[in-house]
Amino acid sequence: MNAQIRRMTALVTVMFLALLGSITWIQYAKAADLRARPDNTRSYYQSFDRDRGPIVVAGGQVIANSKPVDDDYGYQRIYADGPLYAPVTGFFTILPSSTGIERAENQVLEGTADSLFLSRLQDLVTGKEPLGGAVELTIDPVAQQAAWDAIGDQRGAAVVLDAKTGEILALVSKPSYDPNLLAAHNRDDVLAAYDAWEQDPDNPLYNRAIAGNLYFPGSTFKLITAAAALESGDYQADSELEAPQALDLPNSDHQITNYADSSCSSSGTMTMAAALTISCNTAFASLGMALGQDAIAAQAEKFGFGQDLEIPLTVTPSQFPKGMSIANTAMAAIGQYEDKVTPLQMAMVAAAIANDGRLMEPHLIRTERDADLTVMATTAAKELSRPISASTATTLRDMMLDVVTDGTATRAAVDGVTVGAKTGTAQKDADHAPDVWTVGFAEADGRTLAIAVVVEDGGAMGNGGSGGAVAAPIFAAIVEAVFGE
Amino acid sequence: MATVLPAAPRRGRWAELFLLLIALLLAFMAYAQVALALTDKLPADMTIYCAGFTALALAAHFVLRWRAPYADPVILPTAVLLNGIGLAMIYRLAARYEITNPSFANIATKQLIWTIVGVVAAVATVLAVRDHRTLRRYTYTCMVLGLVGLVIPLVPGIGTEAYGAQIWIHIGPLSFQPAELSKILLTIFFAGYLVANRDAMALAGPRVLGLQLPRFRDLGPIALAWVVSLGVLVFERDLGTSLLFFGLFVVMLYVATDRPSWIVIGLLAFAGGVAAAYRLFGHIQARFQIWLDPFNTEVLNRNPGGSGQLVQGLYGLGNGGLFGTGWGRGRPDLTPLAFSDFIITSLGEELGLTGLVAILLCYLLLAQRGFRTAIGIRDGFGKLLATGLAFALAFQVFVVVGGVTRVIPLTGLTTPFLAYGGSSLVSNWIIVALLLRVSDGARRPPPTTSEIDLTPVIASEAERREAAQAADQKATQVVVRP
Repeated sequence: MNAQIRRMTALVTVMFLALLGSITWIQYAKAADLRARPDNTRSYYQSFDRDRGPIVVAGGQVIANSKPVDDDYGYQRIYADGPLYAPVTGFFTILPSSTGIERAENQVLEGTADSLFLSRLQDLVTGKEPLGGAVELTIDPVAQQAAWDAIGDQRGAAVVLDAKTGEILALVSKPSYDPNLLAAHNRDDVLAAYDAWEQDPDNPLYNRAIAGNLYFPGSTFKLITAAAALESGDYQADSELEAPQALDLPNSDHQITNYADSSCSSSGTMTMAAALTISCNTAFASLGMALGQDAIAAQAEKFGFGQDLEIPLTVTPSQFPKGMSIANTAMAAIGQYEDKVTPLQMAMVAAAIANDGRLMEPHLIRTERDADLTVMATTAAKELSRPISASTATTLRDMMLDVVTDGTATRAAVDGVTVGAKTGTAQKDADHAPDVWTVGFAEADGRTLAIAVVVEDGGAMGNGGSGGAVAAPIFAAIVEAVFGE
Repeated sequence: MATVLPAAPRRGRWAELFLLLIALLLAFMAYAQVALALTDKLPADMTIYCAGFTALALAAHFVLRWRAPYADPVILPTAVLLNGIGLAMIYRLAARYEITNPSFANIATKQLIWTIVGVVAAVATVLAVRDHRTLRRYTYTCMVLGLVGLVIPLVPGIGTEAYGAQIWIHIGPLSFQPAELSKILLTIFFAGYLVANRDAMALAGPRVLGLQLPRFRDLGPIALAWVVSLGVLVFERDLGTSLLFFGLFVVMLYVATDRPSWIVIGLLAFAGGVAAAYRLFGHIQARFQIWLDPFNTEVLNRNPGGSGQLVQGLYGLGNGGLFGTGWGRGRPDLTPLAFSDFIITSLGEELGLTGLVAILLCYLLLAQRGFRTAIGIRDGFGKLLATGLAFALAFQVFVVVGGVTRVIPLTGLTTPFLAYGGSSLVSNWIIVALLLRVSDGARRPPPTTSEIDLTPVIASEAERREAAQAADQKATQVVVRP
């Protein structure tokens, strides 16, 4: 019988070879395919079932962290002050659609980023469970809170930059949403919360500071028109501009008038500096027509219009229209027609002016750290571009200081702080009050802030609202809070 | 001049002790790693677990030293290792079920108790069966008990249906799968029956198309096996057990008679039975669909009878990849029945391809030691018994692992020693005990002349033939000497 027994041994060996072949096929050859299948809840849970690292603001306060829970996901993401920081953190959800820093810095927070390679290697050797890294933001909680409080119940946004480094100190968008509800582990609850916000006419999910529907810049765009004029070499701050009470636009039955139909100057002409101080529409419209759309477009582009930018959140590029008629060029030169901007873009314009013409790259991440909080990567201050010369910057800076001392932005002034600004009151349509702006800089203690504030539909003042009345006080409140620290 | 003394035969008990300590160490490390991964602490009962398990294994070892000193030294450590790994995985899953599925939270404790019962049963078997040949006396008793075991789950009031198969019996709070014990009883019966009748079955009968066909009256036992296994298939809806019995019987028939015709007839008959069942029963058709096309959305979402469990198992294996997630770091609990039918995918997820290969090689080693024993033992009954037990173990692993890895259609069978389940664990420990007992006989040095029992033994024609062949070989060797 021994021969038969040997044959059966061979048969069993062949059966086991088939098993070994099959598991090798599944676990080696097809493993990646199996993991990638959309209905594979394992991969899905696994991205949650790890100690995702915290998001920390400047000063060390934790605004997002994970705590272990007893469900299929293992860890629950928690946002302290969720609505306040939602435009920055975004949300980490069980639906395949995380946003904000949670999305942009996912690999660091998960612990799988290249910058964390060494600590991962260490985990592998010591058999420790891999931990997520931490992301330290440039956000200054004082500036963030001040902007949030000052905007109050109005719809709008505020961006505060450190003009010398490009660090984003505040990024506020109102109304906001609570990311904690989107981080829930019940799919139906998450969808219900998301749908409710998505259908809300106030669009709380918009990140108005860097994306959303964008805004007409209104008169704040005059900074760019003025910059283009100064850069052309044909104009100085004291160059006389045509400033009629009403400016007839060529080939059009439209007229440009000034705010509240006022007259800018009894003589019909005024200097560019004076025109900026009182925000004279007709003067800048005629200046715009004289410069031509190409010169203004080129200047806007140098400030960042039409450029992709990641901070690392994706910023929607601001737009200056192309191929316009002369009449539309006049409108675009004063921030109307189809000009569309983000508050971040306008803060960048102010930052370049306040920083001798050097535009520093705006960024939200100060450091990436491993689970032991050892710094693995630091964002260095980097010059993004030089949109204007140092002398143009100085001229514009002085003109903006005048706006605060003698012009439309007097309510942006703060004692003991050098403040320069430009207001804007952007007309939209007959049904809506204008969006109101204040864009500017504030210098004290060797620091230079660049700030843009926008409030939608005239804020609490409605049709009576203007940039100087509604947005400038918010600007001042932020400056006071930061320098009052 | 120099005299040639026969070397003292190697018993291998020290080797067994050494291997046993390695197996225990691996099992304890697995247990500790599970707790460390899940709670960052060693398990509270680590000391008592280690001490208890070590005592149990050493008790078995010393009983072998005492009562079966020549037993194969690899079998016991391999069984202890597999049992220990299974315990660690069940402990790991129970920790998870405490949160998600409290009705399964006590499986680790139960399995631990069944492990003790299993080892005690193995020790008792080694002590009670002093010579495996005594079992031959109970050939027909075993047949009756084995068949009763197969049929009893169908008795109303005792048998219960679970997971679509009616193979459990419940007496009070205890539930048992009698088919697991029937596997051993019927192997003893087959061995005893075949060793007595194999000459008639091997030699008589017409030749058709080059195949030596058996005589019609010798078809009796295979027909019985065919009826019983198809009965199990049809009435208890247990494809796995049916396949196991049929495979076991066909292999033993072939080994006993050396007639490949049995295999051909057996395969044709089984294929015919399955084909008929496929036409008649929806659940068998579903099994084939699941096997061939598990990712088809329709097959996946069908309830009941969808491929969700198989697909979850495959995802688990994929998640494990080459090296696995590590003990306690995967999500094997997402697969339904991760602790019984699908424990192999649970282990594949956390230990990876490398771990799974090691586990399969342990089984292959166990089967190979069983076949080695069958070759070494001198009596025909012992050969058939060892072959049957080793093949049953290996074939069961093939059916269940092949099922979850899509080599064959998925059928419900437990994975020996690893899977949760008292009947399976106890039966497999008894199989190990029987293999140890037979291997003791196989490896024991032949008795010296003075010890030879001259009482004539009723030997079959084939045994006489083999003895004659062996004598011939000896004679030839003498002639060859220069």
